[in-house]
This record gives sequence, C-alpha cells and structure tokens, in this order.
Amino acid sequence: MKKATFRIWRGDANGGKFEQYTIDIAEGMVVLDAVHQVQAQQANDLSVRWNCKAGKCGSCSAEINGRPKLMCMTRLSDLPLDQPVLLEPMKAFPLIRDLVTDVSWNYRAKKMIRPFKPRKPDAADGTWRMDQADIDRVQEFRKCIECYLCQDVCHVLREHQLNNVFIGPRLLVYSASLEMHPLDVEDRLEALKKAHGIGYCNITKCCTTVCPEEITITDNAIIPLKERVADRFYDPLKRIFRFLRSKTSSLKH
Amino acid sequence: MTPYDIYDYDVLIIGAGGAGLRAAIEAAATGVSVGLICKSLLGKAHTVMAEGGVAAALANVDERDSWKVHFTDTMRGGQYLNNWRMAELHAIEAPDRVRELEAWGALFDRTKDGRILQRNFGGHKYPRLAHVGDRTGLEMIRTLQDHGIHSGMEVHMEHTIITLLKEGDRVTGAFGYEREKGRFVIFRAKAIVLATGGIGRAYKITSNSWEYTGDGQSLAYHAGAELMDMEFVQFHPTGMVWPPSVQGILVTEGVRGEGGILLNKEKQRFMFQDIPELYRNQTADNEEEGWRYTQGDRQARRPPELLTRDHVARCIVRQIKEGKGSPHNGVYLDISWINSKLPNAAEHIRKKLPSMYHQFIKLADIDITKEPMEVGPTTHYVMGGIRVDADTQMSTTVPGLFAAGECAAGLHGANRLGGNSLSDLLVFGKRAGEYAAKFAREHTHASVSEATVATAAKAALAPFERTKGENPFQLQYDLQEMMQNLAGIVRREDELQQAMEELKKLQARAEEVKVSGNREYNGGWHTALDLRNLLTVSEAVARSAIERKESVGAHFREDYPTKDTTGAKYNLVAAKGADGAMQIRREPLPPIRADLQQIIEEMK
Repeated sequence: MKKATFRIWRGDANGGKFEQYTIDIAEGMVVLDAVHQVQAQQANDLSVRWNCKAGKCGSCSAEINGRPKLMCMTRLSDLPLDQPVLLEPMKAFPLIRDLVTDVSWNYRAKKMIRPFKPRKPDAADGTWRMDQADIDRVQEFRKCIECYLCQDVCHVLREHQLNNVFIGPRLLVYSASLEMHPLDVEDRLEALKKAHGIGYCNITKCCTTVCPEEITITDNAIIPLKERVADRFYDPLKRIFRFLRSKTSSLKH
Repeated sequence: MTPYDIYDYDVLIIGAGGAGLRAAIEAAATGVSVGLICKSLLGKAHTVMAEGGVAAALANVDERDSWKVHFTDTMRGGQYLNNWRMAELHAIEAPDRVRELEAWGALFDRTKDGRILQRNFGGHKYPRLAHVGDRTGLEMIRTLQDHGIHSGMEVHMEHTIITLLKEGDRVTGAFGYEREKGRFVIFRAKAIVLATGGIGRAYKITSNSWEYTGDGQSLAYHAGAELMDMEFVQFHPTGMVWPPSVQGILVTEGVRGEGGILLNKEKQRFMFQDIPELYRNQTADNEEEGWRYTQGDRQARRPPELLTRDHVARCIVRQIKEGKGSPHNGVYLDISWINSKLPNAAEHIRKKLPSMYHQFIKLADIDITKEPMEVGPTTHYVMGGIRVDADTQMSTTVPGLFAAGECAAGLHGANRLGGNSLSDLLVFGKRAGEYAAKFAREHTHASVSEATVATAAKAALAPFERTKGENPFQLQYDLQEMMQNLAGIVRREDELQQAMEELKKLQARAEEVKVSGNREYNGGWHTALDLRNLLTVSEAVARSAIERKESVGAHFREDYPTKDTTGAKYNLVAAKGADGAMQIRREPLPPIRADLQQIIEEMK
C-alpha cells in the first residue's frame, strides 16, 4: 500500500512542535481523510475542526504546505508526496490547539455591520420583484462559506494585525452583498470608510487567489465598494451627477 | 453549589441549524431571553449542505399548485403514516416562511417576471422547490444567521449538551461542555427546544456530518420523552460512490429535477421497469414525456427518476444486486445526455448545478457536463424522532421540552419528500420557538438537579481515568459498519436480531472507552461522549425495525416484502420502561379529519 507522511503542528498558545505521522493512503483521499486517519489511529486527541467534508461549510481551513486551503477539498494526488506534507493552523487567528484557531473575531466584527434593510414590498401581497440579472452579482458573494481563508491570507490582518480597524475581505464581501442587494436601502458607506477601514486594502488580490468558492473578491466586491466610498467622500460633483442619473434612470422604469 | 459556569435563559435552544435558528429568532422576537447552543461554529450546521431547495406551494411557476396539493403529496410520500395535522400546518404555512426569508435578505433564483423560481423534485406534483442553484441550504442558514445575530439571542458556539436536567417531570436545564477548554457548563431554562438534527453517523455510508449523532433524540429519550417512527431512515438514492474517500457525499435530487436520468451498465433506464401503483397515474410512461416534464411541459407527467426516494433507492439496490451496477457498485446518473436536447447544455448544467459540477471535478475528476456520475444510496435523513404535539411541538411526555426539524417526528411519515425538510425546519422551528417562549412566560425558573450534574460530570470524565480501554474511534467505526450491514436499506428479522446482540456488546464496550490527552478540544473525548447517543438511537432503529413486520416507505423488510396484509396502520413509539430498558409499542394512527381525508380522495 502507498504511504504518505504528514508533519502536523501540535500545540497550543503556549507553544508546540511539528509531529510526524505516516499513514497508508488510498485512491481519491483528501487531506482531511489523512488527518482523520491520524486522529483515529495514532493521535486520538488531535484537534481538528470539520463538518461537512464536502466543501460546503468552510470549517476545515488550514495551511497545507504553507498554502491556505480547505483540507476536505485538497486531494493528496495534487500534493508532492515524496516529502512530508506540512499541516499548520491558520496564522492570522489566535491558536486554540493543533489545527484549530479562534475565529470568533469574525463573528464579532460581522455583528457591527448594519443588517439588511429592505425597501417597501413591490406587490400588494408583501412580495418583491427582482430580475435574475440584477441579483447575479450578489449571488456570487452569497456563495461565501465563511471559511476565513481570505482573512487568513490578507496581509493587513495577518502581518499587521489591524483587525481593530479593518474588517477584512470576508466582511467586505458581506458588505458588498448587502450594498448591492437590489432591495437593500441601508447606508454603510461611512462605516466602510471609517470603522471598517476599507482604505487599508491595497488590492493585492491574495484573498481572491485563495477563495475556494472562486469569488472574485477584489474585483467584484472590494473595488466597487472603494469606488462608492470615493464617490461619496472625495468627489462631490460626481456625487451630484450620480444622484441625478439615478433619479432619471428610476423614472425610466 | 457546583463549580461550573451557569447561564440562565427563558428559552434555551439546543442546535443551530435551520430549525434551531428559526426557533431562536421567533422566541427572541417575543421578548424572552434566548440562548442558542451550536455544536460547531455558527452557520456550519448540517442545513448548510441542503442543496435542491425548500418546498412551498407558492404557485409561482404553476398556478395549479396549492397547499392542498402539497399536503396530499406529503401524505402520499409518507405512505399516510404522517401526522396529518403537521402535514396540514406545514403545507399551509411554508409559503409564508419562505417569503419571510426574502424579507430577511435571502436571494432565491427568479422567474422571468421577477418572483421566486421553483423547480421539480421527487414526489411533488408541480414545480415547488424555491432554490438558489444547488446551494439552497447555505442561503437559508446564512439568512437566518445574519438576521438572528441582531435579534438579541446569545450564541454559545462549540458547546455540546450531554444531559438534560429536570425537576419532577419538567425539564429545567441542560448540562454540557464547551469544546475549547473542555469546561463543563450548566444552562438553566424555563423551556428548551431541541433542534439537533439526525442520526446519520450511526451508519458507515452517510451524507451527514460528524455532528449527526442523534443527540436530541437521545437526550430526550433519557429525559423521559417518547421517540416515534425510528425504523424510518431515509437512504438517499444518489450519493457518490467513488473514490472511496468521498463515498456517501450527496448528489442532489436536483440533478434529476433538471433532466438527469438513471442508467445501469447496459445503459437501460431501469426506473421505467417498476412504477408503483400509487404513482402510476402521475408518472410518464415514455422517455420523451419525462423529458418534456422536466422542461416545464404542463401536460407531461414526471419521469420515474422523480419517484419518491425510498422507491428509487430500492430500484438502485436491485440493479446492483442483479449485477447490472457500475464498476464501483453504483449505477449511472447522467445529466450530460441533455447535450442532445439543448444548445449550450454544458453551460446550462454549470449554472443550474454549480456545486455538483465543482464537487465532481474536484473530488472525482468527472466532468458532469460530459460524462455520467456513479451514484448509490447513502444514509441521509431520519423521518422518526421525538414525539411531539403537532401544533406546539412540545414533547408528548416532558413538559417544557420542545423539538423541531429533523430530530422531531411526525411530518414525513414513512418517507420524506425532497425539499420538505427545509420547509419543515422553518415551519416547525418557528412554532417551537413561539410555544417555548409562551411556556417560558407562564413558568418560573426551577432548580436543576445537582445530583444529576455530578453524575453526568463523573461519567463524562471517566474515559480519562482508565489506564487501558478501547479507542472511541474504533468503537464508532464498528457501530457504523454493523448498522450499515444489519439495519440498512434492506432488512431481515435474523439480521436485525443479530444487530440487537451486537448493540449489547457495543454498549458494554462503550463503558470501557479510554481517551488520551487533556480536555482541550480533544476529538477522541468528544467522540467518546457522542457514543451514548449513537447507541441509543441505533437501538431505537433496530428495535422498531424488528417490530414493523411489513415493508412500507423507507422501511423495507426482505422477509415481509409487502404492506401489512391485515391493513393495520400504526406508528411505533419507543420509550424508556420502568426497568430502564427500551420499550416499543404500537400506537394506532389517529383518525384523520374528514375534510383532509376528502382532499386526499379528490386528488387520487
């Protein structure tokens, strides 16, 4: 039987080290299968967070050979197995134990973003009408599985630890999904500029590269939000023009 | 006083999938204090994996649809063993629950005139499933999560409850641990809602995540609640079968709803060979008619691939047993054939079934727009669960204890229709939250039993104290292997009796599990603590399966291949006897209200 070796980080906030485990591998295995095998056979107390094992819940984020990935969607056949596979927890978040990190900050930060607020219903029965074409781009953002790999790789959060002034790519995508929602009437631009620190993003697109849902985070979510913020706060003439244009286009409907 | 952290809530919700979140939102809206316990992180619960859609008779795509048709479809699909009142409430209220999600920000796919689009699904007469591509569950849980966090509830992530606390008959709290440090926690509550989902982890091949260990059913049972219909375990006809590491992962029924067909290795559409009498009038008798149905032809009848899940799963098993299966013990599910029917078929498939495309390309090197998938049955859902009052969702025997969603019984009878689970958790999650809040307002906090807490804490820590003993993971594997082989999709008396023997041995072994390391985020310890729940629900499944000596819905007995010839109609109820052993009794079906019976007759 073919074998593979894994060097898995074992430890908590007080320190730790890489431990080496060798296991038998079968066709089609993903990294999470390997971790489960290690846990079941060699290290029962290994800490790993997972749920669906189908790329839909975003729980098993980790760094595989230094790259942020979902363990359940990374196949062993795509990794060089002639050397040990390096498995580490996400670096941008406080370590709990082994491969598990404390991602609770993302939940606290999300709560600070003003929630969805719909316009008045379009029809007498209390429902709305929306064209599919108008929701396509928001549906892209709503594919997000909150794996936080984009947060993990964002240098503003990872290297500079600026999470008290910057909400990070995941929550900018969330903000975009609200701001571009055809029914939403809430205003989040001032918060995006000030409390949520959209200006800290300097568009290196690392987040887009790692997104397992292939959401075009920078181009489709962050840059349009930056433009809206710039229009509002840095270009009063354009703002008036846009205001007038939006009035005339709404008259055409 | 106990040395543990204590939290007080009016209403405590255990489980944070769709049902738990919907219950929490409803309870919090009434002004009571609400605590929500998640076994995992918020937004990761099993609802996130639901794919095809949420069933509700909105009649946006076909105006002939109504709650009455939905009610009849649900009852027929459940072989009329459903709780008719729940089926009625569900069909009537589901449309409002779906529209409410839109008001909270959900973005369902649209019809041409801008309303919520609906798709075809097995057992539903008209296109009825509101959906977002094939990631409807994600849309639902995220909508509920993002709405819920602003409703005032307190969320306890990565907490697991290990026992319910009572005073007299009434439930008064819950005792459990938080995962990070392994500390014990006491929750005192005036009312508790269980919304913990299913039992799929009792089987080897399953679409369910690690959380699905029957926690709610087991907690309720040990607290004196009744379980009902536990013999009815749904094996979804289409799970992945290859490669081995992805075995069991769900392939949505939406593939068949969009025109996908089932083929054996001889390329025959075998589903046309066996159409049950109950569905003959509604089922296409040729391939062309079936195709027209999936493309919205209102005169056409549905293809046999869209018969109910119990039937399709059994037809697949038969093909495999007859040697007509695919190389890896499955059959073929082909959507790529629509290339011969539609221009831009590949693009159409990627748009309608994006996660299926992604899943097969990534995990199996299969491009579903070009070649067929290999699929086979996978443990998916349990129709049975905690026996509750239809209107309030309160346990029939434990005051203050409510249950909603998959962990409750009644709505689905002997077989659940696809899409009725997401609507179930919305309709009855709301009701459970509403009535739990009402119960809480009418009652005061009662004490929790310190003795129960002390006993539970001691039992939970015992595996750390053993110097030798069993590996909890190995025990879980052995249980899963045994249930798969002896209490699976095709059942026999001798095998079920053998399952009972094996369960006794496994229960004894579970008393001897050993875990290593400390209490911090210790996967071995968590698995050890889940074993009791898995063993309890497995026993309920096996005992009920022995007692029902007929084949009906999802329960198929090879030794009794037809329905009860005497015409007896009953539900099976499991409860803990005075001696502590599980008792199974037959409960005659309550007579259905005359006006509902008439609706069923009219639509036959």
